[in-house]
Amino acid sequence: MATSVLDHAPAVHAEKTGIWSWITTVDHKRIGILYGTTAFIFFLMGGIEALIMRIQLMKPDNTLVSAELFNSLFTMHGTTMIFLGVMPLSAMFFNYFIPLHIGARDVAFPRLNAFSYWVFLLGGLFINFSFLLNAAPNAGWFGYANLTENTYSPGLNTDFWVLGLQILGIASMAAAINFFVTIVNLRAPGMKMLRMPMFVWMSFITQILLLLAFPVITVALVFLMMDRHFGSHFFLPEGGGDPVLWQHLFWIFGHPEVYILILPAFGIVSEVLPVFSRKPLFGYTAMVFSGAFIAFLGFGVWSHHMFATGMGPFADSFFAISTMLIAVPTGVKIFNWLGTLWGGSLQFKTPLYFAIGMVAMFIIGGLSGVMHASPPADLQQTDTYFVVAHFHYVLFGGSIFGLTAGAYYWFPKMFGRMLHEGLGKLHFWLMLIGFNLTFFPMHFLGLNGMPRRVYTYPAELNLEFWNRIQTWGSLLLGLSFLIFIYNILKTMRRPADAPADPWRGATLEWAIPSPPQEFNFGEVPPVHSSTPVWDLRRASGGQLPEPRRVSGAGIHLPRPSIWPAVTAVGVLGVIGSILFTHAFSHWYFITLSGAAILFYGVYRWAFEPPFPEH
Amino acid sequence: MSHAIPAPHALSEGSQHDSHPTTTGIPSRKVALWTLIGSECLFFASLISTYLVYKGKSLVGPLPHTESQCMLHGKMQTCEHIFEIPLVTTGTAVLLFSSFFIVLALYGAQRGKRKMLVGWLAATVLAGMFFVGMQVYEFQHFYHKGMGYGTNLFSSTFFTLTGFHGSHVTVGVIWLATLLVLAIKGKIPPQKALNLEIAALYWHFVDVVWIVIFPTVYLMR
Repeated sequence: MATSVLDHAPAVHAEKTGIWSWITTVDHKRIGILYGTTAFIFFLMGGIEALIMRIQLMKPDNTLVSAELFNSLFTMHGTTMIFLGVMPLSAMFFNYFIPLHIGARDVAFPRLNAFSYWVFLLGGLFINFSFLLNAAPNAGWFGYANLTENTYSPGLNTDFWVLGLQILGIASMAAAINFFVTIVNLRAPGMKMLRMPMFVWMSFITQILLLLAFPVITVALVFLMMDRHFGSHFFLPEGGGDPVLWQHLFWIFGHPEVYILILPAFGIVSEVLPVFSRKPLFGYTAMVFSGAFIAFLGFGVWSHHMFATGMGPFADSFFAISTMLIAVPTGVKIFNWLGTLWGGSLQFKTPLYFAIGMVAMFIIGGLSGVMHASPPADLQQTDTYFVVAHFHYVLFGGSIFGLTAGAYYWFPKMFGRMLHEGLGKLHFWLMLIGFNLTFFPMHFLGLNGMPRRVYTYPAELNLEFWNRIQTWGSLLLGLSFLIFIYNILKTMRRPADAPADPWRGATLEWAIPSPPQEFNFGEVPPVHSSTPVWDLRRASGGQLPEPRRVSGAGIHLPRPSIWPAVTAVGVLGVIGSILFTHAFSHWYFITLSGAAILFYGVYRWAFEPPFPEH
Repeated sequence: MSHAIPAPHALSEGSQHDSHPTTTGIPSRKVALWTLIGSECLFFASLISTYLVYKGKSLVGPLPHTESQCMLHGKMQTCEHIFEIPLVTTGTAVLLFSSFFIVLALYGAQRGKRKMLVGWLAATVLAGMFFVGMQVYEFQHFYHKGMGYGTNLFSSTFFTLTGFHGSHVTVGVIWLATLLVLAIKGKIPPQKALNLEIAALYWHFVDVVWIVIFPTVYLMR
């Protein structure tokens, strides 16, 4: 790597420590770690909710939990895993690696980035706070009207859900604008669009989906909030409203949302497979355009979630065909991954295990997806465990396997320590076996007619055998994550001695020390292809010298700021205040207080110079 | 700014050094505002679609363009159509003119003509305030004619759509008023004209949304 004249100058950017430095941080790497830690804790909570449900369903007529609690468990499991687990775990990688991948100092708007995190954290705490009031959301993660209206959902449960998602939506929107601008505008010289790492490409497409899908659910949630608190009838038939409108608005958001969940994992796998196959990604351009095509089609398939509403043959045919069409670009991706592995010099390290696991499991989920793209088949499968099997194969088998591959792949870069390989492989095998034992039998149960969301089932239905196996499988899954946590804790106690480039990676983050210095790059290596570090390696005859830590003198770092966090508190106050409309008549004082904090935060933020005076 | 070594990509956030190189050559804050506009299009599209889907589906009055049976003073009675087209047309015209005013203000800012900047920016803020005032008056007028937020599907979709537009105008007015104070203090020299340009971009967008809403809601029967 090119060395700088400042290599031996004294360090000017000493690492700051202490809790205040984390609350006011605007460093994309620290915010990434905050996102990852928070999301992993929420992910474990969602996992515990799932395990309680599995134990309840282990035997017929079980009474471990009540029907009411079961409703809250499946609602919060879905909501948590999607909005507080997978999306922010992806955001951890966006935060940490998009700037490193494109050779940037930080994201385009570091304080906006901090704001996204704090809003996400407060929104997640807000929704989960409902458990303490015994009012956890209980109307399902897609909140179908008119079940979610006051008549059928009195109490605060659904309010926590509606308002919590609204808060989380603000975090997602702010982050999406930030990453979109970062990728468009902060690429290093030579980093043309078609030289960006595939992870950046898939992240870029994900941001576009977020930008276009989230406004729609924002509107739907506003309507539902108005129905519940301010007397409108958007989804109430007695006032002329149509509950099916909710389904349309929700799924116009909801289907792009599933690509928001999976495309980052596609990107991670597209990074891992080439590095551990020692050859470039097969069909780079086809991968880019198939990802874009999946996203484009993703906006034209929403009604396949609604075949059971009886839309008529024209709409059914249209949405069946558009849905099946998505199999084409997805198939292109799968063949390109196989083409990348084919003939490669495979390095069987933990990240590769998880990446291959992702490809295999995602294929199974993709196939069952094509099955219920057909309306007659779907009418049999709707609301049964078959659908539950399908979306866990794509979301767990796809997203979680992909994200875990990313965790093992990038852990040394983020923390300067290598995770234990043996424990990693044990984690993989337990997770793969546990996952398949948990979710594969759901196909059988679903086709045999076991409805989803039932809290128990009578013994005469002979559903016990597979349910028992599923529960044991889910416990195995839980165990696999305990091993992962043990591996992380054990690794973090060891000295930070990971090399800059332990896997012989191809992308820019491997050209700088592990973990990177606060300013990322002393000097960005030249970019002439989509594999810049491999180019350097080739030019230097196969071996790269270990990059040294440089002083960073002359690099201006933005100063820390408290105002993003303050503004986030204001957002929570404004939106959260709607909870109190029925409870006391002067609820709007809370709204106004929140608005005052928001206003104050925004003004201090706007008038604070982002860089220290010099 | 003097860098000992070229920082790869210095940040553009809030920075007044808009000469910082970006990949596209366009300042990041400007790209961000365009991105926000793209997203907002879907937001207003959802609201407008819902308005159109529920058009004519109200079970009781008042209705926008026609006579109807509605509940007023505790009893059902015949109400006349509710829209006041001349009032809203005036507000619309003023809002449209404000887009022209802000172009002149920006021209003044970019060329360092402070009086021009301050004058036209003040005119823009006043025009925005006039529009918001018109809307507040209109909403109150509807309320007194027996149309509350939840009265019928028309009222809910109408108030939500125009209310969200009005709150966007309000945010714009606050933003521009802040810039006006800065301009009066002489804190918007030509090299900081981008601050106004971005606010102007937002203002034009809010204006364009109204150009869609006005015919769709007020003129289409």
